[in-house]
Amino acid sequence: MSALNLKKGASKHSAYNLRPTFSDVDERHTLAILVENEPGVLARVIGLFSGRGYNIESLTVAEVDHTGHLSRITIVTTGTPQVIEQIKAQLGRIVPVYEVHDLTVEGTSVERELAILKVVGTGEKRVEALRLADIFRANVVDSTLESFVFEITGVPDKIDAFGDLMRPLGLTEVARTGVAALLRGN
Amino acid sequence: MKREMTGAEMVVQALKDQGVDTVFGYPGGAVLPIYDAIFQQNDVRHILARHEQGAVHAAEGYARSTGKPGVVLVTSGPGATNAVTGLTDALLDSIPLVVLTGQVPTFMIGSDAFQEADTVGITRPCTKHNWLIKDTNDLARTIHEGFHVATTGRPGPVLIDIPKDVQFATGTYVAPKPSASRYHPPVKGDINAITELVAALETAKRPVFYTGGGVINSGPAASQLLRELVDGTGFPITSTLMGLGAYPASGKNWLGMLGMHGLYEANLAMHDCDLMICIGARFDDRITGLISAFSPNSIKAHIDIDPSSINKVIKADIPIVGDVGHVLEDTLKIWKARGRKTNAAAVGKWQAQISDWRKVNCLAYTQDKTTIRPQHALSRLQELTKDHDRYICTEVGQHQMWAAQYLGFEAPNRFMTSGGLGTMGYGFPASIGVQMAHPEALVINVAGEASWLMNMQELGTASQYRLPVKQFILNNERLGMVRQWQELLHGSRYSHSWSEALPDFVKLAEAFGAKGIICSDPADLDDAIMEMINHDGPVVFDCLVEKHENCMPMIPSGKPHNEMLLATDETSSAIQSGGAVLV
Repeated sequence: MSALNLKKGASKHSAYNLRPTFSDVDERHTLAILVENEPGVLARVIGLFSGRGYNIESLTVAEVDHTGHLSRITIVTTGTPQVIEQIKAQLGRIVPVYEVHDLTVEGTSVERELAILKVVGTGEKRVEALRLADIFRANVVDSTLESFVFEITGVPDKIDAFGDLMRPLGLTEVARTGVAALLRGN
Repeated sequence: MKREMTGAEMVVQALKDQGVDTVFGYPGGAVLPIYDAIFQQNDVRHILARHEQGAVHAAEGYARSTGKPGVVLVTSGPGATNAVTGLTDALLDSIPLVVLTGQVPTFMIGSDAFQEADTVGITRPCTKHNWLIKDTNDLARTIHEGFHVATTGRPGPVLIDIPKDVQFATGTYVAPKPSASRYHPPVKGDINAITELVAALETAKRPVFYTGGGVINSGPAASQLLRELVDGTGFPITSTLMGLGAYPASGKNWLGMLGMHGLYEANLAMHDCDLMICIGARFDDRITGLISAFSPNSIKAHIDIDPSSINKVIKADIPIVGDVGHVLEDTLKIWKARGRKTNAAAVGKWQAQISDWRKVNCLAYTQDKTTIRPQHALSRLQELTKDHDRYICTEVGQHQMWAAQYLGFEAPNRFMTSGGLGTMGYGFPASIGVQMAHPEALVINVAGEASWLMNMQELGTASQYRLPVKQFILNNERLGMVRQWQELLHGSRYSHSWSEALPDFVKLAEAFGAKGIICSDPADLDDAIMEMINHDGPVVFDCLVEKHENCMPMIPSGKPHNEMLLATDETSSAIQSGGAVLV
């Protein structure tokens, strides 16, 4: 488990720590879900969210431990504290789900998202796009005389801000990966 | 033990090794190899249903009445889709089932082959877990895992989809090994929380036990422990529909069922209590009524094996995640060690208050000389069958609620009914499953004529296997509960809620080789019921009852417990528009 930077058995606590809930204010939580990498497991997780009317703001999934057959699903969701507790408990019921971590309450976490943006333009706008990309530490991964493709990583807000700046400069296409997150420290 | 065998042989071998004696099913193209393997052995008995839905409900009846998992075998495509209602029913009521479905060969999956359906996709939301087997070498292990998952933690249905080529191919069989599974939900409750509960038991002035199907699912030991705790503390106890029988109806602390059609004293005790001990129940909307006014002044302890049940609807002050049996054992141990204390004086006053509520006699009815009241029919059925080794099934509707109100359940696993999903057509096939498991017992399905017709084809199954199931049909020629809601909510506009063109039930029974009895005169009722009990074979009892009887008492939708309606109340304006949108 150490390779995944997760405390063993931490999910039991996240599911059973039944802190007082029932506030009406929506909260944004980042959940890390460790699942057996078997066919249909992503459909189970997504089906749970759609079937019970929960929100998905962002979702990423990939195998993270090939020998252990483990995939990690990172979901950003919003809901009242009661709904968030329900989401975690419902996820915990899915048989191939091994651990559910609420990174928002378990400690501070590092969140990153990767985006690729295509900006088409010439002249002053093109220069400005490149200058802003430098400020945001975005890399140019493809270029023609009339376009750039930028690669940028960061928290979702940073990517939103970069996208907003690129729009008047000729932004034509965006692809985002969704959030990947880990708890800080060991 | 490792042996080479075909997938079809593995299925039968795995069932044997899991201790399965009975399988309910229906053959078809994609399961022919498994049926061939069944043909060549005598250890696993196969019961041919007349519809796959009937097979699944029969397996549910078998499972509920024995505590063992029910097993179903059906073919691909329509066989699997017909099983969906039963799977959903079992999921909502936490019934352990292992459903095996045939599938088109792996190399044809995705080609819209004949009788192909995306079975694991369709059943993903209505099973606890499901699997599509692509390699015969995975088959035995997965079937064993299926039994483990279905019966471990909160029980539920699982489905294993087996393509036809996997059934034909040869592979290595492995014997069951529970430790091989990664699925082991914890059963022990947190001792600190249990101690907190014991402290609450010691000081409570107006306590009530609110118990549910989780007590029964936890096994007979849990019911015994519950009885010990209830009788030791002397606290009153009520139960959901699913939990009836865990505490005996003849017990002195018994309040009767609670909820929408629960007893007046049970619902008022829930509303006014200062300590609610919820054991293996889930605060379903049939129980709570208006949530914002639900038991406003009580501390709520909630014992459940499923963390998602806790705080889902009602906030628990003392949440305990664990198996009911284990938690009750620890609770009793700690309560005894601390000196078996209760606030007896205050509880005595509380009992006196409850006795006053009891005097309202909310189940009273008047039986005249001309028409059988459904309540009367069930009271007589109770009186004439209570000393038998008796199992009761029901369909869904008014008769179901009357059965819960007027029949007394003295032991767990004796009442099979569709609670969560409310599946009309459940009871008849369920009674077949119960009778298969308990061949000598008196198995009665209390039915309404409309529900019963939904799976009446199973009369063929009952006849074929000479199962002496008694179909006690309260025939009001109406969809009684729908009619009742239309009267209360929709200005008595009875849209499509009467049973037109009903069959002659006596002739229908006879056409299938069963016995039919019709009774409409209250004076004949006892004799007719005795005739039904004494007949050694399936009986369809057509009991013609009052057509416009409402099921009372009732908590109208959107109202709290303490505003429940009694039979004597004016009902015309009982439900306001806010409640009308609720189900």
